[in-house]
Amino acid sequence: MEWLVSACFGVMIACGVYLVLRARTFPVILGLTLMGYAVNLFLFLTGRLHTNLPDIISGSQTQYADPLPQALVLTAIVIGFAMIAFVVVLSLRALGELDTDHVDGHNDNPPS
Amino acid sequence: MINHLIVGPLLLPLFMGTMIILNTNQPIARRRILGLCSCLAVLVISIILLFQSTVGPIQTYVLGDWPTPFGIVMVLDRLSAMMLCITALLALICLAYAARGTDRQGKNFHALFQFQLLGINGAFLTGDIFNLFVFFEIMLLSSYGLVLHGGGGLRTRAGMHYVMLNLVGSSIFLVGVGILYALLGTLNMADLAVRMALAPAENAALLQAAGLILFAVFALKAALLPLCFWLPDAYGFTSAPVAALFAVMTKVGVYVILRVYCLIFSDFAGVGAGLLNTWLLPAALITLAAGAAGVAGSRDLRRITAYLVIMSVGTLLAVIGTFQREAIAAAIVYLPHTTFMTAAMFLVADLIGRQRPDAGTGLVPDRPVGQPTLLGLLFLMAAVAIGGLPPLSGFVAKVMMLTTVKDSAGAPWIWGLVLGGGLLTLIVLGRTGSVIFWKLLPADDTETARKTAHAPVPVHATADVFPAAALLVISPLLVIFGGMITEFAFAAADHVINPVHYIEAVLGPDRSFPLLLSSGGE
Repeated sequence: MEWLVSACFGVMIACGVYLVLRARTFPVILGLTLMGYAVNLFLFLTGRLHTNLPDIISGSQTQYADPLPQALVLTAIVIGFAMIAFVVVLSLRALGELDTDHVDGHNDNPPS
Repeated sequence: MINHLIVGPLLLPLFMGTMIILNTNQPIARRRILGLCSCLAVLVISIILLFQSTVGPIQTYVLGDWPTPFGIVMVLDRLSAMMLCITALLALICLAYAARGTDRQGKNFHALFQFQLLGINGAFLTGDIFNLFVFFEIMLLSSYGLVLHGGGGLRTRAGMHYVMLNLVGSSIFLVGVGILYALLGTLNMADLAVRMALAPAENAALLQAAGLILFAVFALKAALLPLCFWLPDAYGFTSAPVAALFAVMTKVGVYVILRVYCLIFSDFAGVGAGLLNTWLLPAALITLAAGAAGVAGSRDLRRITAYLVIMSVGTLLAVIGTFQREAIAAAIVYLPHTTFMTAAMFLVADLIGRQRPDAGTGLVPDRPVGQPTLLGLLFLMAAVAIGGLPPLSGFVAKVMMLTTVKDSAGAPWIWGLVLGGGLLTLIVLGRTGSVIFWKLLPADDTETARKTAHAPVPVHATADVFPAAALLVISPLLVIFGGMITEFAFAAADHVINPVHYIEAVLGPDRSFPLLLSSGGE
């Protein structure tokens, strides 16, 4: 299971980095979203991979799932969601003001 | 007895920001008064906290009274109290400047400004590394809004770069924090320092990787060289009071680098010991050189000032990069000076630009400004302070920095680049002043002048000029009270460079013994 999860993380980060390096705002936003997902997965994994462990400490069991990464990932998801929403709005505004979706504002279809 | 004043600089802007949102559709005067009252109250609280921290030990504020490694803790030491004071004073002055008209360009300026303060103050106060991430995000989200305040294509483009870079930075921050938590099992910075000293050697590579990943994020915030290219556009194109306030945002990066790498990765930290000792100084020196090149190559006073911010970060981190007590004290003396003076230069540049309708702040001849004596004097004073000429504070702080680093390994490089950069700054600012104030077009000589000959140049009222003048007056005050400030800086550096004080204040006495074992074993 470790291999599968770490491969997931690696592939998502790689795709995210590739997309972030594109020159158009839409792929960049997709890339930022993918990187956000990958990081959330990573935060979740910091509590280690277990199955069938109780999520709170009960009398008989000595091992339990670490609750803190779940709290962290919840915070990170909320913040990440707000940031992505903001960057979508910002890109739309840039499209309106610069008349192009290029991240550097290069206009490739000049007004005729 | 818990000192509830410590959370004042957080709760007050949060409460007032919310009140301002509730007043969004009321006359703007009400939002201005709420914002200014909040800034003034935060300044008073910060000054009280500064006096308390000067005479007393490091104070902590345990949220919800959870036992310390488990709950979130706010920590007030001398350095963070000083940063709170700098932020509060700068914010009050910037808001006073913005209240003269800049804040009319968007409805939510005052609310964003308060949330910006909340984020910055939180980053200075928090003792928990995930909480630091949260405050960074609050700071960034409001700064996105402030950068874009007023709109326009250039601002939007610069703002988009700024937002996207910082989103990537936030992702990387979480990876670094995640590795630290996975290996050390805590997020409290003092507890991280203790457990880092106890960490087994097999985890060394991952822990060091986490430390350097975090360094990349803090370097992005502080604008160190490979990560500084967003700054000239973002600071150069945004509105003047926002750029002036942002002079303290890069210092948040500097503060966090100082805090994290003197605490968690200190010389006593076992496998993480002295992580940045080889990295920080070269990176900072190259940043300083690049900033100086940018200053020399810019053709606009706003952009020159933005590159001066990069130079000031390079200077600060080069001196901090020696990781010696005296050098850190000198950096603490330089920090308020450079923050206030670059902020003042942004405001002065805006005052000049508004009286030159054709050229703005660009370095091209234009008709004479409306109030040449007043603006010339303000510009001269800012230039002298930033360039580091006596008798103003830049000179004193630079002398102190250069003398304290003279025995360290990188001393020739620091001396050469700081002095060379200072000389270049003086030449450029001299040229800027002569172009703006002396190289004038006759009023009816050129075509552009004829076209705009009837456009009246706005005359600045006293209230327009007062905020910039107030920032500049801080410079001689820093010299006059130099003895007190130097004493304070040494006391602050004592607490920063020796992590034992911080750890024992947060976790309780005798909890820092792993660090002592680790240093004794070497």
